[in-house]
Amino acid sequence: MWRYLIPLAIFLIVGAFLYRGLRLHPNEVPSALIGKQMPEFALPTLSDAEAKVGSRDIAGKIALVNVWATWCIECRHEHGFLITLSKSGMPIYGLNLKDDRPAALGWLATLGNPYVASAFDEDGTVALDWGVTAAPETFLIGRDGKVLYKHISPLTAQVWQRDFLPLIQAQCRESEAGCPRLTALAAR
Amino acid sequence: MIPEIGQFSLVLALCLALVQATLPLAGAATGRADWMALARPAAAGQFVFIVIAFATLEYAFLNDDFSVLFVAQHSNSALPGFYKFTAAWGGHEGSMLFWITVLAIWTLAVAAGSRSQPEEFASRVLGVLGIVSAGIIAFALFTSNPFIRLAPTPADGNDLNPLLQDPGMIFHPPTLYVGYVGMAVPFAFAVAALLTGRLDKNWAKWTRPWTVGAWIFLTCGITLGSWWSYYELGWGGWWFWDPVENSSFMPWLLATALLHSLAVTERRGIFKSWTVLLAIAAFSLSLLGTFLTRSGVLVSVHAFAADPTRGLFILGLLAAYSGVPLLLYAFRAKSLEAEGGFKLVSREAFLLANNILLVIAAVTVLFGTLAPLIVDALGYGKISVGPPYFDVMFLLPMLPLAVLLGVGMHSIWRTMSGASLLQRLVWPAGIAAALGVTLPLIFYGHASLLTSVASVVGLWVCAAALLDPLRKWVLREGAPLTRAQIGMCLAHFGVGVFILGATYVSAYTVETEISARPGEHFQVGGYDFLLRGVKPVDTANFSGEEGEFEVRKNGRLVTVLASQQRVYKVQQTPTTEAAIDSRIGRDVFVALSKPVGDNAWAARIQVKPLIRFLWLGPLLMALGGVFAILDRRYRLAMRESTVPSRSAAATGST
Amino acid sequence: MRRFVAIFAAVLLTTALHAADDASFDDPALAQRYWGLIREIRCPLCMNESIADSGAPVAADLRREVHRLLVEGKSDDDIKDFMSSRYGDFILYRPRVTPLTYALWGGPFVLLVVGSLVFWRILRARRDQPLGEDEPT
Repeated sequence: MWRYLIPLAIFLIVGAFLYRGLRLHPNEVPSALIGKQMPEFALPTLSDAEAKVGSRDIAGKIALVNVWATWCIECRHEHGFLITLSKSGMPIYGLNLKDDRPAALGWLATLGNPYVASAFDEDGTVALDWGVTAAPETFLIGRDGKVLYKHISPLTAQVWQRDFLPLIQAQCRESEAGCPRLTALAAR
Repeated sequence: MIPEIGQFSLVLALCLALVQATLPLAGAATGRADWMALARPAAAGQFVFIVIAFATLEYAFLNDDFSVLFVAQHSNSALPGFYKFTAAWGGHEGSMLFWITVLAIWTLAVAAGSRSQPEEFASRVLGVLGIVSAGIIAFALFTSNPFIRLAPTPADGNDLNPLLQDPGMIFHPPTLYVGYVGMAVPFAFAVAALLTGRLDKNWAKWTRPWTVGAWIFLTCGITLGSWWSYYELGWGGWWFWDPVENSSFMPWLLATALLHSLAVTERRGIFKSWTVLLAIAAFSLSLLGTFLTRSGVLVSVHAFAADPTRGLFILGLLAAYSGVPLLLYAFRAKSLEAEGGFKLVSREAFLLANNILLVIAAVTVLFGTLAPLIVDALGYGKISVGPPYFDVMFLLPMLPLAVLLGVGMHSIWRTMSGASLLQRLVWPAGIAAALGVTLPLIFYGHASLLTSVASVVGLWVCAAALLDPLRKWVLREGAPLTRAQIGMCLAHFGVGVFILGATYVSAYTVETEISARPGEHFQVGGYDFLLRGVKPVDTANFSGEEGEFEVRKNGRLVTVLASQQRVYKVQQTPTTEAAIDSRIGRDVFVALSKPVGDNAWAARIQVKPLIRFLWLGPLLMALGGVFAILDRRYRLAMRESTVPSRSAAATGST
Repeated sequence: MRRFVAIFAAVLLTTALHAADDASFDDPALAQRYWGLIREIRCPLCMNESIADSGAPVAADLRREVHRLLVEGKSDDDIKDFMSSRYGDFILYRPRVTPLTYALWGGPFVLLVVGSLVFWRILRARRDQPLGEDEPT
């Protein structure tokens, strides 16, 4: 008699997984870099092709690395928030992905520049090292240079509060070294 | 106004479905003939109102009624007429209404064809179908209503997904739906038998034609899907083991097992619990497919927009329509057991192996499909399981099955001499082995072990399937073949054809990407290509570029292929339209890619040997099924059923 | 099914002046590996497509990387490691054989063994039962 219960048992197990699956997000693939050192790179800056910016400049403090481009329509949606964020004390480095230099500079001139510096990734190889799939994406880098978090799609105040701030606060609880002195925005 | 009529009709259909779902079953349990008699009229009424509902949706599409949200999302005034018609099933809500319509058609057919069955049994079958119908209609009305209005009315719609603007859209979804919704019929027969507590050879005889019928459509539906994606998606693939593809394939595997298991139950009265379980499982997998396609639980290009709320509802339906019957099975299956002996070398033994191997295949596909979900749910991150896994693992049960298929179809019931069986098959086996190994070497000069093995197996199945027809028709030996036997040989021959196609196209496709300027030649796979030129194209709903390629072999012109890169105007989606030259021996496949500067264009060129066999095989399988249904014994049964039979009402057993 | 590209030196030579950057190789063996690899790597952005089949920009970039790594002489495993260290195991259509996936890779074999046992058990029971009479259909 017991073997006739096997199909029901299999069904219940599968059903339980399907139920659990309804709460998962199969499309949201977390970054493979989380917990690892950020990929080393050194690229010419957007503003000055002679100067370089890279992982060495970012390391030593908590910072954001934001992947953006003028061809990315969604990037416009987060640009205002990025400016607010940078004004409140958060260091943001830009990774300008497969863009046109004059157009990108023009964009920053018109819409404002939230970046400490923007790296010009002309062919996208550095972005590949970072596991970037599209723009916009934002990485949170810890003061030890490790990747703490990655967010795909425009960065909003809600996402900042919910996902980024807790991680920053966790690092900064132990010591203040390398922590951004964030003004009013963080308190909101 | 018209859409509201549709909505109201659907509500009425739900009411009738609820009647059909409750009273006939209660009537069968209590012996009330008047309640049982409600089954057929309820089914007929339900059919009428569902057809009205679907007709109103089509009316909205054909009249560009963009005040209906679903129409606005999936149609456009510039869309050609017949795509406006097919757009009704181009999105989730409309396709659910289509699902319901197909079920209503099947239910009506069962109601009409059930007159030779005892009333108690027939009303249970219709009752179960009513339960299924009620659940799905409720799902549509409460979570996926296609008649929701949009205010203010937009000037024009979003247009149908460009990939769906293709003749394949007219045939593939309807055929597929008729197939896997049709699995509800053997399901209903099985549950009715469990409720009655009795299952005999007559039951198998009634169930089998419905199963074969649904199986035929499912076979054609999957084949059309494969063929459609081959020429429409622009990269020359024909099966990707995508979760949605697997969703239709798993029911097919179990339906195949079911129709073979029914043969044993009909003949010997054994394998009853196998048959009942397979019938329940096949429909459960159909529902699982509905779930996977619409809940967002798995990622797929074919999936409808993901909605976990809908997913939850369907999961509930799955729990009801699978869980309850399986519970019933757990309690009643033992009482179905019957005596019936057979030895190792017998048709029963081969069909037992057939059941087991097909179930293993279905479980393998299921496990592989759900593995990413399971791994994620257990918290171990995201993995992918794709063709590299399935291609290999699927062969594990299927290659042995193909070998056994050739032998088994020549076996007889109960027992036979193994030596005599092997003796009969020595010639086909020898020919298959010789040709299977040498043909690839002759034509291509090399063959991997897997290719050789698969080539031999494919030819083996073809030869074994042709053995009896050749003997009867060419050598004029033995009794004439019945339609059922012709069907079996034809269907199994189709399996062999498919195996050959899959083997050769996988092993010997020549594929490359070239770039050329107009006037330049290049060679691929023994053919000489010349890019004549690339010119712009512009139609009502898309614009783009068309590249013309001359194809020559040994200097002679074979054909001119024109492939397009299109951008559909409303959705701004780029798509590739490949150009294909098809012969039975090979396809030449050209897909224009992108401009690479300096007036040059890139294009992907493939030469694919025997690819038509991939679809010819299953069509032969389906044709075999048609012959099987047309067998004399079913036509006799049909004739009998028009005369109301009093004795049939008494018991259902022989 | 797995695609093995049958390449004959005389047959597959392209006589075009430019070959598409993505897929041009001097060595036909590399080309064969290329077409196999790009089918095994998933497009990280798309709804279940390989980088061979996808038209997305990231897919084109990844194809270019595969090309570059092949020309540099990296092995298939090296290339897959390159991809998975950046995008996770998600990007590989052939799941890695790890303790996590033992059930996945071993399952079908186990099923065959279980299936054989089931077959024998049923057969043994049926062998002892009476065969019964043959009835006309």
